[in-house]
Amino acid sequence: MNVLLISAILGVVMMFSSFLIKNTATVRTIGITGTIALLILNVLEMYGTRLFNINTAGFLSFDRFTLVFISIAIIAMLVYFLLTAKDMEKVNKVNYAEYFALLFFILCGIVLVSGFESLLILFLGIEIVSIPLYVLTGSDKRNLKSNEAALKYFLMGCFSTGLMLMGITLIYGAQGTFTVELFNFTKNIDSPLAIAGMLLLLFSMAFKASVAPLHFWTPDVYDGAPTVFTSFMATIVKAAVFFSFFRLFNDSFTALAPQWQFWMAVLAALTLFIGNITAVFQHSVKRMLAYSSIAQAGFMLLAIFAMSGIAKEGLLLYAAAYSFASIGIFSVLTKMDDYTFDGFNGLVKQQPLVAAAITIFILSLAGIPLTAGFLAKFYMIQAVIQAGGHLWLAIFALVMAAVSVYYYFRVIQAMYFKQGNANIQASNTFKYTLLAVAILVVLLGIFPNLITNWLYF
Amino acid sequence: MPINYYIFLSLALFAIGMIGVLTRRNAIIIFMCVELMLNAVNLLLVAFSKMHYLSAGSPFSTAGTDGQLFVFFIMVVAAAEVSVGLAIIVMMYRNIHSVDVNFLNRLKH
Repeated sequence: MNVLLISAILGVVMMFSSFLIKNTATVRTIGITGTIALLILNVLEMYGTRLFNINTAGFLSFDRFTLVFISIAIIAMLVYFLLTAKDMEKVNKVNYAEYFALLFFILCGIVLVSGFESLLILFLGIEIVSIPLYVLTGSDKRNLKSNEAALKYFLMGCFSTGLMLMGITLIYGAQGTFTVELFNFTKNIDSPLAIAGMLLLLFSMAFKASVAPLHFWTPDVYDGAPTVFTSFMATIVKAAVFFSFFRLFNDSFTALAPQWQFWMAVLAALTLFIGNITAVFQHSVKRMLAYSSIAQAGFMLLAIFAMSGIAKEGLLLYAAAYSFASIGIFSVLTKMDDYTFDGFNGLVKQQPLVAAAITIFILSLAGIPLTAGFLAKFYMIQAVIQAGGHLWLAIFALVMAAVSVYYYFRVIQAMYFKQGNANIQASNTFKYTLLAVAILVVLLGIFPNLITNWLYF
Repeated sequence: MPINYYIFLSLALFAIGMIGVLTRRNAIIIFMCVELMLNAVNLLLVAFSKMHYLSAGSPFSTAGTDGQLFVFFIMVVAAAEVSVGLAIIVMMYRNIHSVDVNFLNRLKH
Protein backbone atom coordinates (compact mmCIF):
# COMPACT_ATOMS: atom_id res chain seq x y z
CA MET A 1 0.00 0.00 0.00
CA ASN A 2 2.83 2.40 0.92
CA VAL A 3 4.56 1.80 -2.38
CA LEU A 4 1.38 2.06 -4.45
CA LEU A 5 0.50 5.57 -3.25
CA ILE A 6 3.99 6.98 -2.90
CA SER A 7 5.08 5.81 -6.35
CA ALA A 8 1.96 7.41 -7.87
CA ILE A 9 2.89 10.66 -6.09
CA LEU A 10 6.48 10.30 -7.30
CA GLY A 11 5.19 9.88 -10.84
CA VAL A 12 3.31 13.19 -10.59
CA VAL A 13 6.36 14.88 -9.04
CA MET A 14 8.49 13.73 -11.97
CA MET A 15 5.85 15.01 -14.40
CA PHE A 16 6.08 18.48 -12.87
CA SER A 17 9.87 18.42 -12.66
CA SER A 18 9.96 17.91 -16.43
CA PHE A 19 9.22 21.61 -16.92
CA LEU A 20 10.52 22.94 -13.61
CA ILE A 21 13.96 21.33 -13.62
CA LYS A 22 16.10 21.54 -16.74
CA ASN A 23 19.16 19.81 -15.31
CA THR A 24 19.04 16.06 -16.07
CA ALA A 25 21.41 15.16 -13.21
CA THR A 26 18.97 16.65 -10.68
CA VAL A 27 16.06 14.74 -12.20
CA ARG A 28 18.07 11.55 -12.00
CA THR A 29 18.94 12.17 -8.35
CA ILE A 30 15.27 12.73 -7.48
CA GLY A 31 14.34 9.50 -9.26
CA ILE A 32 17.00 7.40 -7.54
CA THR A 33 16.31 8.91 -4.10
CA GLY A 34 12.60 8.26 -4.61
CA THR A 35 13.26 4.63 -5.46
CA ILE A 36 15.38 4.16 -2.33
CA ALA A 37 12.60 5.75 -0.26
CA LEU A 38 10.09 3.33 -1.84
CA LEU A 39 12.30 0.38 -0.90
CA ILE A 40 12.54 1.55 2.72
CA LEU A 41 8.77 2.11 2.91
CA ASN A 42 8.11 -1.35 1.53
CA VAL A 43 10.43 -3.03 4.03
CA LEU A 44 8.72 -1.04 6.80
CA GLU A 45 5.34 -2.31 5.59
CA MET A 46 6.68 -5.85 5.73
CA TYR A 47 7.29 -5.32 9.45
CA GLY A 48 3.92 -3.75 10.09
CA THR A 49 4.34 0.00 9.59
CA ARG A 50 1.67 1.36 7.28
CA LEU A 51 1.52 5.01 6.32
CA PHE A 52 -2.09 4.81 5.20
CA ASN A 53 -4.93 2.81 6.66
CA ILE A 54 -7.24 2.28 3.74
CA ASN A 55 -9.69 -0.58 3.74
CA THR A 56 -9.06 -2.47 0.52
CA ALA A 57 -10.71 -5.72 1.55
CA GLY A 58 -11.78 -7.71 -1.48
CA PHE A 59 -9.71 -5.62 -3.85
CA LEU A 60 -6.09 -5.65 -2.77
CA SER A 61 -4.18 -7.62 -0.19
CA PHE A 62 -0.49 -7.51 0.59
CA ASP A 63 0.73 -10.71 2.16
CA ARG A 64 4.38 -11.54 2.78
CA PHE A 65 4.83 -13.26 -0.61
CA THR A 66 3.56 -10.18 -2.47
CA LEU A 67 5.61 -7.73 -0.40
CA VAL A 68 8.80 -9.71 -0.96
CA PHE A 69 8.14 -9.69 -4.68
CA ILE A 70 7.49 -5.93 -4.66
CA SER A 71 10.80 -5.44 -2.81
CA ILE A 72 12.60 -7.44 -5.50
CA ALA A 73 10.93 -5.35 -8.19
CA ILE A 74 11.98 -2.11 -6.48
CA ILE A 75 15.56 -3.32 -5.99
CA ALA A 76 15.67 -4.29 -9.67
CA MET A 77 14.32 -0.86 -10.58
CA LEU A 78 17.01 0.78 -8.43
CA VAL A 79 19.69 -1.26 -10.17
CA TYR A 80 18.13 -0.30 -13.49
CA PHE A 81 18.21 3.41 -12.62
CA LEU A 82 21.78 3.28 -11.31
CA LEU A 83 23.07 1.47 -14.39
CA THR A 84 21.06 2.92 -17.27
CA ALA A 85 19.28 6.11 -16.19
CA LYS A 86 21.97 8.18 -17.90
CA ASP A 87 21.35 6.46 -21.24
CA MET A 88 17.74 7.60 -21.35
CA GLU A 89 19.16 10.99 -22.38
CA LYS A 90 20.18 9.41 -25.67
CA VAL A 91 16.54 8.70 -26.57
CA ASN A 92 15.31 12.24 -25.98
CA LYS A 93 16.80 14.78 -23.64
CA VAL A 94 13.75 17.06 -23.54
CA ASN A 95 11.40 14.41 -22.19
CA TYR A 96 13.90 12.98 -19.75
CA ALA A 97 11.85 13.49 -16.58
CA GLU A 98 8.71 12.14 -18.24
CA TYR A 99 10.37 8.78 -18.75
CA PHE A 100 10.90 8.60 -14.99
CA ALA A 101 7.25 9.55 -14.46
CA LEU A 102 6.09 6.75 -16.77
CA LEU A 103 8.39 4.24 -15.05
CA PHE A 104 6.97 5.17 -11.63
CA PHE A 105 3.44 4.75 -12.98
CA ILE A 106 4.44 1.32 -14.28
CA LEU A 107 5.66 0.50 -10.76
CA CYS A 108 2.16 1.37 -9.49
CA GLY A 109 0.74 -1.08 -11.97
CA ILE A 110 3.23 -3.72 -10.85
CA VAL A 111 2.08 -3.29 -7.24
CA LEU A 112 -1.55 -3.65 -8.36
CA VAL A 113 -1.00 -6.80 -10.43
CA SER A 114 1.00 -8.46 -7.69
CA GLY A 115 -1.47 -7.68 -4.89
CA PHE A 116 -4.80 -8.15 -6.65
CA GLU A 117 -7.71 -9.80 -4.89
CA SER A 118 -10.32 -8.89 -7.48
CA LEU A 119 -10.23 -9.45 -11.22
CA LEU A 120 -11.06 -5.73 -11.59
CA ILE A 121 -7.72 -4.80 -10.01
CA LEU A 122 -5.91 -7.37 -12.14
CA PHE A 123 -7.35 -5.77 -15.28
CA LEU A 124 -6.57 -2.21 -14.13
CA GLY A 125 -3.05 -3.20 -13.08
CA ILE A 126 -2.28 -4.86 -16.40
CA GLU A 127 -3.50 -1.75 -18.23
CA ILE A 128 -1.54 0.63 -15.98
CA VAL A 129 1.56 -1.41 -16.79
CA SER A 130 0.83 -1.64 -20.52
CA ILE A 131 -0.22 1.89 -21.48
CA PRO A 132 3.01 3.64 -20.34
CA LEU A 133 4.93 0.81 -22.00
CA TYR A 134 3.31 1.58 -25.38
CA VAL A 135 4.52 5.17 -24.97
CA LEU A 136 8.04 4.14 -23.94
CA THR A 137 8.30 1.70 -26.86
CA GLY A 138 7.50 4.46 -29.32
CA SER A 139 9.56 7.12 -27.56
CA ASP A 140 12.17 7.25 -30.32
CA LYS A 141 9.78 9.22 -32.54
CA ARG A 142 11.90 9.57 -35.70
CA ASN A 143 13.00 5.94 -35.75
CA LEU A 144 10.81 3.79 -38.00
CA LYS A 145 11.67 0.63 -36.08
CA SER A 146 10.52 2.19 -32.83
CA ASN A 147 7.27 3.35 -34.49
CA GLU A 148 6.63 -0.07 -35.85
CA ALA A 149 7.34 -1.75 -32.52
CA ALA A 150 5.00 0.64 -30.70
CA LEU A 151 2.13 0.11 -33.15
CA LYS A 152 2.56 -3.66 -33.11
CA TYR A 153 2.77 -3.79 -29.32
CA PHE A 154 -0.24 -1.51 -29.02
CA LEU A 155 -2.51 -3.46 -31.39
CA MET A 156 -1.52 -6.83 -29.94
CA GLY A 157 -1.87 -5.50 -26.40
CA CYS A 158 -5.37 -4.11 -27.02
CA PHE A 159 -6.45 -7.34 -28.63
CA SER A 160 -5.29 -9.43 -25.68
CA THR A 161 -6.94 -6.96 -23.28
CA GLY A 162 -10.22 -7.56 -25.11
CA LEU A 163 -9.81 -11.32 -24.66
CA MET A 164 -8.96 -10.88 -20.98
CA LEU A 165 -12.09 -8.78 -20.43
CA MET A 166 -14.26 -11.39 -22.12
CA GLY A 167 -12.70 -14.04 -19.86
CA ILE A 168 -13.35 -11.97 -16.73
CA THR A 169 -16.95 -11.35 -17.82
CA LEU A 170 -17.67 -15.01 -18.45
CA ILE A 171 -16.28 -15.90 -15.02
CA TYR A 172 -18.45 -13.17 -13.54
CA GLY A 173 -21.44 -14.69 -15.27
CA ALA A 174 -20.74 -18.06 -13.70
CA GLN A 175 -19.64 -16.88 -10.24
CA GLY A 176 -21.46 -13.59 -9.65
CA THR A 177 -18.41 -11.87 -8.18
CA PHE A 178 -15.01 -10.54 -9.21
CA THR A 179 -13.42 -11.20 -5.83
CA VAL A 180 -10.99 -14.07 -6.09
CA GLU A 181 -11.56 -15.26 -2.53
CA LEU A 182 -15.27 -15.76 -3.08
CA PHE A 183 -14.86 -17.94 -6.16
CA ASN A 184 -16.45 -21.29 -5.66
CA PHE A 185 -15.63 -23.39 -8.67
CA THR A 186 -16.42 -26.58 -6.77
CA LYS A 187 -20.13 -25.74 -7.00
CA ASN A 188 -20.38 -25.57 -10.77
CA ILE A 189 -17.07 -26.96 -11.92
CA ASP A 190 -18.45 -28.07 -15.27
CA SER A 191 -20.03 -24.72 -16.03
CA PRO A 192 -19.00 -23.94 -19.61
CA LEU A 193 -18.94 -20.21 -18.80
CA ALA A 194 -16.31 -20.61 -16.09
CA ILE A 195 -14.13 -22.94 -18.16
CA ALA A 196 -14.31 -20.71 -21.25
CA GLY A 197 -13.53 -17.67 -19.11
CA MET A 198 -10.55 -19.38 -17.54
CA LEU A 199 -9.21 -20.40 -20.94
CA LEU A 200 -9.56 -16.85 -22.28
CA LEU A 201 -7.72 -15.52 -19.22
CA LEU A 202 -5.00 -18.14 -19.74
CA PHE A 203 -4.74 -17.07 -23.37
CA SER A 204 -4.44 -13.37 -22.60
CA MET A 205 -2.00 -13.79 -19.71
CA ALA A 206 0.12 -16.04 -21.95
CA PHE A 207 0.02 -13.24 -24.48
CA LYS A 208 1.20 -10.61 -22.00
CA ALA A 209 3.91 -12.88 -20.62
CA SER A 210 5.04 -13.87 -24.16
CA VAL A 211 4.48 -17.58 -23.76
CA ALA A 212 4.72 -19.59 -27.00
CA PRO A 213 2.76 -19.90 -29.29
CA LEU A 214 1.64 -16.34 -28.47
CA HIS A 215 5.16 -14.94 -28.29
CA PHE A 216 5.44 -13.72 -31.91
CA TRP A 217 5.21 -10.02 -31.02
CA THR A 218 8.01 -10.21 -28.43
CA PRO A 219 11.20 -10.31 -30.52
CA ASP A 220 10.01 -7.53 -32.84
CA VAL A 221 8.88 -5.25 -30.02
CA TYR A 222 11.97 -5.85 -27.89
CA ASP A 223 14.19 -5.31 -30.91
CA GLY A 224 12.46 -2.14 -32.08
CA ALA A 225 12.08 -0.39 -28.74
CA PRO A 226 14.96 1.81 -27.51
CA THR A 227 17.38 -0.52 -25.69
CA VAL A 228 17.05 1.26 -22.33
CA PHE A 229 13.34 0.55 -22.28
CA THR A 230 13.68 -2.98 -23.65
CA SER A 231 15.75 -3.64 -20.56
CA PHE A 232 12.86 -2.61 -18.31
CA MET A 233 10.20 -4.43 -20.33
CA ALA A 234 12.05 -7.69 -20.60
CA THR A 235 12.93 -7.93 -16.92
CA ILE A 236 10.86 -6.19 -14.24
CA VAL A 237 7.59 -6.00 -16.16
CA LYS A 238 7.87 -9.58 -17.35
CA ALA A 239 8.57 -10.84 -13.83
CA ALA A 240 5.54 -8.90 -12.54
CA VAL A 241 3.26 -10.34 -15.22
CA PHE A 242 4.47 -13.81 -14.28
CA PHE A 243 3.85 -13.11 -10.63
CA SER A 244 0.24 -12.18 -11.32
CA PHE A 245 -0.10 -15.17 -13.65
CA PHE A 246 1.11 -17.36 -10.78
CA ARG A 247 -1.27 -15.81 -8.25
CA LEU A 248 -4.22 -15.98 -10.63
CA PHE A 249 -3.83 -19.68 -11.40
CA ASN A 250 -2.58 -20.89 -8.03
CA ASP A 251 -4.84 -18.94 -5.69
CA SER A 252 -7.97 -18.44 -7.78
CA PHE A 253 -8.21 -21.35 -10.14
CA THR A 254 -6.93 -24.09 -7.83
CA ALA A 255 -10.22 -25.95 -8.04
CA LEU A 256 -9.96 -25.97 -11.83
CA ALA A 257 -6.38 -27.31 -11.78
CA PRO A 258 -7.24 -30.60 -13.54
CA GLN A 259 -8.54 -28.52 -16.45
CA TRP A 260 -5.42 -26.39 -16.97
CA GLN A 261 -2.44 -28.14 -15.44
CA PHE A 262 -1.70 -30.39 -18.40
CA TRP A 263 -1.99 -27.48 -20.85
CA MET A 264 0.35 -25.43 -18.69
CA ALA A 265 2.94 -28.23 -18.99
CA VAL A 266 2.52 -28.26 -22.77
CA LEU A 267 2.85 -24.47 -22.96
CA ALA A 268 5.99 -24.56 -20.80
CA ALA A 269 7.61 -27.23 -23.01
CA LEU A 270 6.67 -25.36 -26.19
CA THR A 271 7.97 -22.05 -24.84
CA LEU A 272 11.26 -23.61 -23.76
CA PHE A 273 11.67 -25.28 -27.14
CA ILE A 274 10.82 -22.30 -29.36
CA GLY A 275 12.68 -19.75 -27.24
CA ASN A 276 15.90 -21.72 -27.00
CA ILE A 277 16.02 -23.10 -30.53
CA THR A 278 15.27 -19.76 -32.20
CA ALA A 279 17.79 -17.93 -30.02
CA VAL A 280 20.55 -20.14 -31.43
CA PHE A 281 20.09 -18.66 -34.91
CA GLN A 282 20.21 -14.96 -33.99
CA HIS A 283 23.01 -12.64 -35.07
CA SER A 284 22.12 -9.66 -32.91
CA VAL A 285 22.70 -9.86 -29.16
CA LYS A 286 19.61 -7.73 -28.53
CA ARG A 287 17.42 -10.13 -30.50
CA MET A 288 19.12 -13.10 -28.86
CA LEU A 289 18.23 -11.63 -25.45
CA ALA A 290 14.63 -11.19 -26.61
CA TYR A 291 14.41 -14.90 -27.48
CA SER A 292 16.25 -15.81 -24.29
CA SER A 293 13.59 -13.91 -22.35
CA ILE A 294 11.01 -16.19 -23.99
CA ALA A 295 13.10 -19.21 -22.99
CA GLN A 296 13.34 -17.97 -19.39
CA ALA A 297 9.56 -17.45 -19.46
CA GLY A 298 9.29 -21.18 -20.10
CA PHE A 299 11.14 -21.86 -16.85
CA MET A 300 8.92 -19.47 -14.92
CA LEU A 301 5.87 -21.30 -16.31
CA LEU A 302 7.14 -24.42 -14.54
CA ALA A 303 6.39 -22.67 -11.23
CA ILE A 304 2.78 -22.06 -12.27
CA PHE A 305 2.51 -25.67 -13.36
CA ALA A 306 3.91 -27.07 -10.09
CA MET A 307 1.76 -25.06 -7.59
CA SER A 308 3.73 -25.64 -4.38
CA GLY A 309 5.66 -23.81 -1.68
CA ILE A 310 8.95 -24.58 -3.36
CA ALA A 311 7.61 -23.17 -6.62
CA LYS A 312 6.79 -19.93 -4.78
CA GLU A 313 10.35 -19.63 -3.47
CA GLY A 314 11.68 -20.58 -6.89
CA LEU A 315 9.60 -17.93 -8.61
CA LEU A 316 10.94 -15.17 -6.35
CA LEU A 317 14.50 -16.36 -6.81
CA TYR A 318 14.00 -16.64 -10.56
CA ALA A 319 12.56 -13.13 -10.79
CA ALA A 320 15.58 -11.73 -8.91
CA ALA A 321 18.24 -13.77 -10.73
CA TYR A 322 16.82 -13.15 -14.19
CA SER A 323 16.12 -9.43 -13.64
CA PHE A 324 19.53 -8.54 -12.21
CA ALA A 325 21.50 -10.48 -14.82
CA SER A 326 19.47 -9.20 -17.78
CA ILE A 327 19.52 -5.58 -16.61
CA GLY A 328 23.30 -5.87 -16.29
CA ILE A 329 23.80 -7.18 -19.83
CA PHE A 330 21.32 -4.70 -21.31
CA SER A 331 23.08 -1.80 -19.55
CA VAL A 332 26.31 -2.67 -21.35
CA LEU A 333 24.45 -3.24 -24.62
CA THR A 334 22.94 0.25 -24.38
CA LYS A 335 26.41 1.74 -24.44
CA MET A 336 27.47 -0.19 -27.57
CA ASP A 337 27.13 0.87 -31.18
CA ASP A 338 27.19 -2.58 -32.72
CA TYR A 339 24.56 -5.02 -31.42
CA THR A 340 25.88 -8.11 -33.21
CA PHE A 341 27.98 -10.76 -31.50
CA ASP A 342 31.02 -9.36 -33.34
CA GLY A 343 30.41 -6.08 -31.53
CA PHE A 344 31.70 -7.76 -28.37
CA ASN A 345 34.96 -8.98 -29.96
CA GLY A 346 37.91 -8.41 -27.67
CA LEU A 347 36.02 -6.38 -25.08
CA VAL A 348 38.20 -7.89 -22.34
CA LYS A 349 41.28 -5.99 -23.51
CA GLN A 350 39.66 -2.57 -23.13
CA GLN A 351 37.27 -3.21 -20.26
CA PRO A 352 38.36 -6.23 -18.18
CA LEU A 353 36.05 -5.34 -15.30
CA VAL A 354 32.96 -4.99 -17.48
CA ALA A 355 33.80 -8.22 -19.32
CA ALA A 356 34.11 -10.08 -16.01
CA ALA A 357 30.73 -8.77 -14.85
CA ILE A 358 29.07 -9.76 -18.15
CA THR A 359 30.58 -13.23 -17.81
CA ILE A 360 28.97 -13.65 -14.39
CA PHE A 361 25.60 -12.45 -15.73
CA ILE A 362 25.79 -14.86 -18.66
CA LEU A 363 26.75 -17.75 -16.40
CA SER A 364 23.74 -16.90 -14.24
CA LEU A 365 21.35 -16.77 -17.21
CA ALA A 366 22.68 -20.10 -18.48
CA GLY A 367 22.31 -21.64 -15.02
CA ILE A 368 25.88 -22.53 -14.09
CA PRO A 369 26.39 -23.48 -10.39
CA LEU A 370 27.45 -20.81 -7.87
CA THR A 371 25.26 -18.21 -9.56
CA ALA A 372 21.68 -17.24 -8.73
CA GLY A 373 20.42 -18.58 -12.05
CA PHE A 374 21.49 -22.12 -11.20
CA LEU A 375 19.57 -22.25 -7.93
CA ALA A 376 16.52 -20.63 -9.53
CA LYS A 377 16.43 -23.32 -12.22
CA PHE A 378 17.14 -25.96 -9.57
CA TYR A 379 14.11 -24.88 -7.50
CA MET A 380 11.87 -24.92 -10.57
CA ILE A 381 12.90 -28.40 -11.67
CA GLN A 382 12.66 -29.72 -8.11
CA ALA A 383 9.13 -28.31 -7.89
CA VAL A 384 8.15 -30.06 -11.14
CA ILE A 385 9.55 -33.40 -9.94
CA GLN A 386 7.76 -33.09 -6.60
CA ALA A 387 4.47 -32.25 -8.34
CA GLY A 388 4.76 -35.76 -9.82
CA GLY A 389 3.56 -37.37 -13.00
CA HIS A 390 5.42 -35.13 -15.41
CA LEU A 391 9.04 -36.24 -15.21
CA TRP A 392 9.38 -35.72 -18.97
CA LEU A 393 8.90 -31.99 -18.42
CA ALA A 394 11.79 -31.79 -15.93
CA ILE A 395 14.10 -33.71 -18.29
CA PHE A 396 13.06 -31.58 -21.24
CA ALA A 397 13.74 -28.39 -19.27
CA LEU A 398 17.22 -29.67 -18.40
CA VAL A 399 17.99 -30.45 -22.05
CA MET A 400 16.81 -26.99 -23.08
CA ALA A 401 18.96 -25.37 -20.38
CA ALA A 402 21.90 -27.19 -21.94
CA VAL A 403 20.98 -25.81 -25.39
CA SER A 404 20.88 -22.29 -23.95
CA VAL A 405 24.54 -22.58 -22.94
CA TYR A 406 25.47 -22.58 -26.63
CA TYR A 407 24.08 -19.17 -27.53
CA TYR A 408 24.89 -17.52 -24.21
CA PHE A 409 28.52 -18.59 -24.37
CA ARG A 410 28.95 -17.07 -27.83
CA VAL A 411 29.08 -13.70 -26.05
CA ILE A 412 31.83 -14.91 -23.68
CA GLN A 413 33.70 -16.42 -26.63
CA ALA A 414 33.51 -13.12 -28.51
CA MET A 415 34.74 -11.13 -25.52
CA TYR A 416 37.66 -13.35 -24.54
CA PHE A 417 38.82 -15.37 -27.54
CA LYS A 418 38.18 -13.26 -30.63
CA GLN A 419 40.38 -10.54 -32.08
CA GLY A 420 38.95 -7.08 -32.04
CA ASN A 421 38.86 -3.90 -30.06
CA ALA A 422 35.31 -3.38 -28.89
CA ASN A 423 35.05 -0.61 -26.37
CA ILE A 424 32.39 1.30 -24.48
CA GLN A 425 32.25 4.69 -22.84
CA ALA A 426 31.91 3.73 -19.20
CA SER A 427 32.51 5.83 -16.12
CA ASN A 428 34.13 4.33 -13.04
CA THR A 429 30.85 4.58 -11.12
CA PHE A 430 29.15 2.50 -13.81
CA LYS A 431 31.86 -0.17 -13.69
CA TYR A 432 31.79 -0.54 -9.93
CA THR A 433 27.99 -0.60 -9.81
CA LEU A 434 28.01 -3.30 -12.47
CA LEU A 435 30.54 -5.26 -10.45
CA ALA A 436 28.42 -4.86 -7.30
CA VAL A 437 25.39 -6.27 -9.14
CA ALA A 438 27.53 -9.19 -10.34
CA ILE A 439 28.62 -9.87 -6.76
CA LEU A 440 24.96 -9.75 -5.71
CA VAL A 441 24.14 -12.39 -8.35
CA VAL A 442 26.91 -14.66 -7.01
CA LEU A 443 25.84 -14.07 -3.40
CA LEU A 444 22.26 -15.07 -4.24
CA GLY A 445 23.67 -18.21 -5.84
CA ILE A 446 25.46 -19.18 -2.64
CA PHE A 447 22.91 -17.94 -0.10
CA PRO A 448 19.44 -18.17 -1.69
CA ASN A 449 17.95 -17.74 1.79
CA LEU A 450 18.80 -14.05 1.49
CA ILE A 451 15.51 -13.92 -0.44
CA THR A 452 13.58 -16.98 0.66
CA ASN A 453 13.99 -16.23 4.39
CA TRP A 454 12.05 -13.01 3.88
CA LEU A 455 9.01 -15.13 3.15
CA TYR A 456 8.95 -16.48 6.70
CA PHE A 457 10.74 -14.09 9.06
CA MET B 1 -35.75 -12.47 -22.00
CA PRO B 2 -33.46 -15.39 -21.19
CA ILE B 3 -29.79 -14.57 -20.63
CA ASN B 4 -28.79 -16.80 -23.56
CA TYR B 5 -29.90 -14.19 -26.09
CA TYR B 6 -27.60 -11.62 -24.56
CA ILE B 7 -24.70 -14.07 -24.43
CA PHE B 8 -25.11 -14.96 -28.10
CA LEU B 9 -25.46 -11.32 -29.17
CA SER B 10 -22.34 -10.33 -27.22
CA LEU B 11 -20.34 -13.29 -28.50
CA ALA B 12 -21.39 -12.44 -32.06
CA LEU B 13 -20.25 -8.82 -31.66
CA PHE B 14 -17.05 -10.02 -30.03
CA ALA B 15 -16.38 -12.46 -32.87
CA ILE B 16 -17.00 -9.74 -35.49
CA GLY B 17 -14.46 -7.55 -33.69
CA MET B 18 -11.94 -10.37 -33.46
CA ILE B 19 -12.25 -11.29 -37.13
CA GLY B 20 -11.84 -7.62 -37.99
CA VAL B 21 -8.63 -7.36 -35.98
CA LEU B 22 -7.22 -10.45 -37.64
CA THR B 23 -8.16 -9.67 -41.26
CA ARG B 24 -8.13 -5.88 -41.72
CA ARG B 25 -4.97 -4.03 -42.81
CA ASN B 26 -5.82 -0.47 -41.85
CA ALA B 27 -4.60 0.45 -38.36
CA ILE B 28 -7.62 2.65 -37.61
CA ILE B 29 -10.11 -0.03 -38.61
CA ILE B 30 -8.27 -2.60 -36.50
CA PHE B 31 -8.53 -0.16 -33.66
CA MET B 32 -12.29 0.26 -34.17
CA CYS B 33 -12.66 -3.53 -34.13
CA VAL B 34 -10.87 -3.64 -30.76
CA GLU B 35 -13.38 -1.09 -29.46
CA LEU B 36 -16.19 -3.29 -30.75
CA MET B 37 -14.75 -6.18 -28.73
CA LEU B 38 -14.68 -4.03 -25.59
CA ASN B 39 -18.26 -2.89 -26.12
CA ALA B 40 -19.44 -6.47 -26.57
CA VAL B 41 -17.91 -7.16 -23.15
CA ASN B 42 -19.70 -4.12 -21.69
CA LEU B 43 -23.05 -5.34 -22.98
CA LEU B 44 -22.50 -8.80 -21.54
CA LEU B 45 -21.42 -7.38 -18.17
CA VAL B 46 -24.60 -5.35 -17.88
CA ALA B 47 -26.70 -8.37 -18.84
CA PHE B 48 -24.98 -10.57 -16.25
CA SER B 49 -25.36 -7.83 -13.66
CA LYS B 50 -29.10 -7.77 -14.19
CA MET B 51 -29.22 -11.58 -14.14
CA HIS B 52 -27.45 -11.76 -10.76
CA TYR B 53 -29.74 -9.05 -9.39
CA LEU B 54 -32.85 -10.91 -10.43
CA SER B 55 -31.59 -14.25 -9.15
CA ALA B 56 -30.88 -12.68 -5.72
CA GLY B 57 -34.66 -12.41 -5.35
CA SER B 58 -34.94 -9.36 -3.13
CA PRO B 59 -35.52 -5.91 -4.72
CA PHE B 60 -33.18 -4.37 -2.12
CA SER B 61 -30.30 -6.70 -2.99
CA THR B 62 -26.98 -5.18 -4.09
CA ALA B 63 -26.05 -8.28 -6.10
CA GLY B 64 -24.81 -7.37 -9.56
CA THR B 65 -23.77 -3.77 -8.86
CA ASP B 66 -20.10 -4.65 -9.24
CA GLY B 67 -20.73 -5.75 -12.82
CA GLN B 68 -22.06 -2.32 -13.74
CA LEU B 69 -19.14 -0.67 -11.91
CA PHE B 70 -16.73 -2.67 -14.01
CA VAL B 71 -18.28 -1.19 -17.16
CA PHE B 72 -17.22 2.31 -16.08
CA PHE B 73 -13.66 1.15 -15.55
CA ILE B 74 -13.60 -0.44 -19.01
CA MET B 75 -14.82 2.83 -20.53
CA VAL B 76 -12.12 4.85 -18.77
CA VAL B 77 -9.36 2.45 -19.75
CA ALA B 78 -10.63 2.34 -23.33
CA ALA B 79 -10.47 6.16 -23.45
CA ALA B 80 -6.88 6.10 -22.17
CA GLU B 81 -6.00 3.47 -24.77
CA VAL B 82 -7.57 5.55 -27.54
CA SER B 83 -5.49 8.60 -26.65
CA VAL B 84 -2.23 6.67 -26.64
CA GLY B 85 -3.16 4.55 -29.67
CA LEU B 86 -4.16 7.45 -31.88
CA ALA B 87 -0.95 9.26 -30.91
CA ILE B 88 1.06 6.23 -32.02
CA ILE B 89 -0.88 6.01 -35.30
CA VAL B 90 -0.35 9.74 -35.98
CA MET B 91 3.36 9.34 -35.22
CA MET B 92 3.57 6.53 -37.75
CA TYR B 93 1.60 8.51 -40.33
CA ARG B 94 4.02 11.44 -40.04
CA ASN B 95 6.94 9.18 -40.88
CA ILE B 96 5.57 6.99 -43.67
CA HIS B 97 2.33 8.76 -44.77
CA SER B 98 0.28 5.60 -44.44
CA VAL B 99 -1.59 3.71 -41.73
CA ASP B 100 -1.33 0.33 -43.41
CA VAL B 101 -0.10 -2.39 -41.07
CA ASN B 102 1.61 -4.26 -43.92
CA PHE B 103 4.39 -1.82 -43.11
CA LEU B 104 4.90 -3.82 -39.91
CA ASN B 105 7.06 -6.40 -41.65
CA ARG B 106 10.33 -4.50 -41.64
CA LEU B 107 11.51 -5.74 -38.26
CA LYS B 108 11.48 -9.35 -39.43
CA HIS B 109 14.85 -9.71 -41.07
